[in-house]
Amino acid sequence: MEMNGARALLAALEKDGVDIVFGLPGGANLPIYDALVDSGLRHILVRHEQSAAHMADGFARIKRKVGVCFATSGPGATNLITGIATAYADSSPVLAVTGQVALAMIGKDAFQETDIIGVANPCTKYAFQPRTAAEIPEMVKKAIYISESGRPGPVLVDIPKDVQQATEDIHFPELVKVRGYNPVLDADFSQIGRTVELLMNSERPIIMAGGGVILSGAFSELQALAELLLIPVVTTFKGKGAFPENHPLAMGPIGMHGHAEANKIIVEADCILAVGARFSDRSVGRFDEFGKGMNIIHMDIDPAEIGKNKLVDVAVVGDVKASLKTLVKMLSKQVIARDKDNSWLRRRKELIDYYSESIKDYTRDLTAKKALKKLREILPSEAITTTEVGQCQMWASLHFDVISPGTFFSSTGLGTMGFGFPASIGAKAARPTVPVVDIAGDGSFNMTENSLAVSVLDNLPVIVFLMNNYMLGMVAQWQRTFYNRRYMGVHQNSCPDYSKIAEAYGAQGIKAQSIEELDKAIRSGLKSDVATVIDITIDPEEDVYPFVAPGTGLKDMITGA
Amino acid sequence: MTAITENESHDRLVPLYILSSLVENKPGVLFRITNLFRARNFNIESITVGSTEMPDLSRMTITTKSDERTVDQLVKQLRKLIDVVEVTVLDKERTVYRELALIKMKAIDPPIRMEIINYASIFRANVLDIAKENILVEITGTPDKIDAFKNLVTHYGIIQMARTGVSALPRG
Repeated sequence: MEMNGARALLAALEKDGVDIVFGLPGGANLPIYDALVDSGLRHILVRHEQSAAHMADGFARIKRKVGVCFATSGPGATNLITGIATAYADSSPVLAVTGQVALAMIGKDAFQETDIIGVANPCTKYAFQPRTAAEIPEMVKKAIYISESGRPGPVLVDIPKDVQQATEDIHFPELVKVRGYNPVLDADFSQIGRTVELLMNSERPIIMAGGGVILSGAFSELQALAELLLIPVVTTFKGKGAFPENHPLAMGPIGMHGHAEANKIIVEADCILAVGARFSDRSVGRFDEFGKGMNIIHMDIDPAEIGKNKLVDVAVVGDVKASLKTLVKMLSKQVIARDKDNSWLRRRKELIDYYSESIKDYTRDLTAKKALKKLREILPSEAITTTEVGQCQMWASLHFDVISPGTFFSSTGLGTMGFGFPASIGAKAARPTVPVVDIAGDGSFNMTENSLAVSVLDNLPVIVFLMNNYMLGMVAQWQRTFYNRRYMGVHQNSCPDYSKIAEAYGAQGIKAQSIEELDKAIRSGLKSDVATVIDITIDPEEDVYPFVAPGTGLKDMITGA
Repeated sequence: MTAITENESHDRLVPLYILSSLVENKPGVLFRITNLFRARNFNIESITVGSTEMPDLSRMTITTKSDERTVDQLVKQLRKLIDVVEVTVLDKERTVYRELALIKMKAIDPPIRMEIINYASIFRANVLDIAKENILVEITGTPDKIDAFKNLVTHYGIIQMARTGVSALPRG
């Protein structure tokens, strides 16, 4: 079929089920925008390309399929990079399509030319640059396949402007094969056999569920396993919400700002089953101390994660959903008589009770903890929550229980400030029927607040739950803790006024200074058909505890407050 | 001199691994691979790339002095790259591996010239060029053999040296 490269791109995207793209036009992707006029794709115009990548990311994490963003060459493309790196760190399937200067101009330092293939290399699974229009459909199909399959991740397609314009005979392949790319999907039976042995012979087993459980949607398999063997479940922060946090076996996230009882129980275990987790420093503290003297079983789809940070006793490479399913099947054939009142489960209860009493809340009427408990009380369980980065994020981890699996996500790996708000808009586009809340702080929201225009104009209303301490709070906490209160570069000085900012964009801005006001504001936000920014005043001195200081182990946790 | 001795004894403790891989023969592949080494802090002794019997695949031979765990990670990270089709760690006992070096050294006095030519013949090296003040020798062999020859001639004064890095294929 005769068509130009730009039309071939959009047709290839549509053939693979893409119906929405987030982007911003510029000189080098004008032909793509011209083709968009006649295409069935919904285009969401962003105000900054970084937000386009975050929206595509948020969309992808909820849809569990590729999220697409467009940008022009040079600065448009480099602005995407933070969002692409964020998606890479969290294994999210984002497809970035950038315009590039014409083929003949590449390498001439042309206007708005950047070697984006080179720039994107360390933070993408792959980057393509078609040299002819006829190559585009196959490359797009490969890009989506690579992005979504195996351990998902971002892929970039960089299309020179003349390639977008060239009219050629275009064919759309039904199937593509990439010979150097063969993700392991099936369950590894022999290793699962060894897993059964270790689990059956352990007295104090623990499941550590990571982001891989969410990526593969292995929620019911995980729950079946935990319930079958009565194993307490901790998660990594990325894995938060892989397991219902109100479940009788749930212990919450471990890590630097993990739940105290979770950090405590995992160092007392004799066998750890890590499912779709990568033993990140933020989750496990010191690699050499973590899991010392315990049997560690590691299930992951990415063979390179096995032994990267932690040597393990059993490695089960494959899709964790398939592995867990097989594991449960093998286990159900065994006679299992687990005592519901065994000493390990009693220890679990003991730890939860101990820490719920020993970690006291600040006495003020409105604290981050109280605000988040209120939010949980009002929000329906199927609502989607995401976060900004910093104290707000860690408070969300500590005080906001995710009940419905897979309804929570955050920039956990890269820790990108400004992620939450645009990502929440992407999530809203993926699932418009449920409320979406960005649990935010002032510093982080400030970075991408111009996405309010997108939320309002494109009818993607979300709630920004802005816990405002007028500070870059997490940095301030570190300066308080490690630098003797020598504050530098952390004061935001009540600027801007966030409720007025919201109103300036045509959104709803509400200030909340008491629990009653907050209650009303959340209910109002849930009813609103435009975005709502709830500006919640909290104490700048409120710290996040517990805290595992960098370079120490989980056992060295400071419970503080 | 002490530094060199220490270095040599260190070298003997850390084994040399030879990795052989087939990679897509297209632009940007070498960049992706070398960028991986840098980004993940892998130390590479040598890397060679060249064509194979298959026009669309290149063979890349990588040598590294490292421990087993690091090499295991290196292999897994390489396999993760889309352009890398195959990676194997070669068993040195069952592998033919060779490197080529060109060494240009100072040689003015005739007795010294003769000495160098004698050494070259013992090492089965070829003299490729003789000028008024220097000799250029080509030597092929394992990196150890080339090191030995280099150490032998260092005191004459090496003016320039170019080593290709290791190429390898399994025996049989």
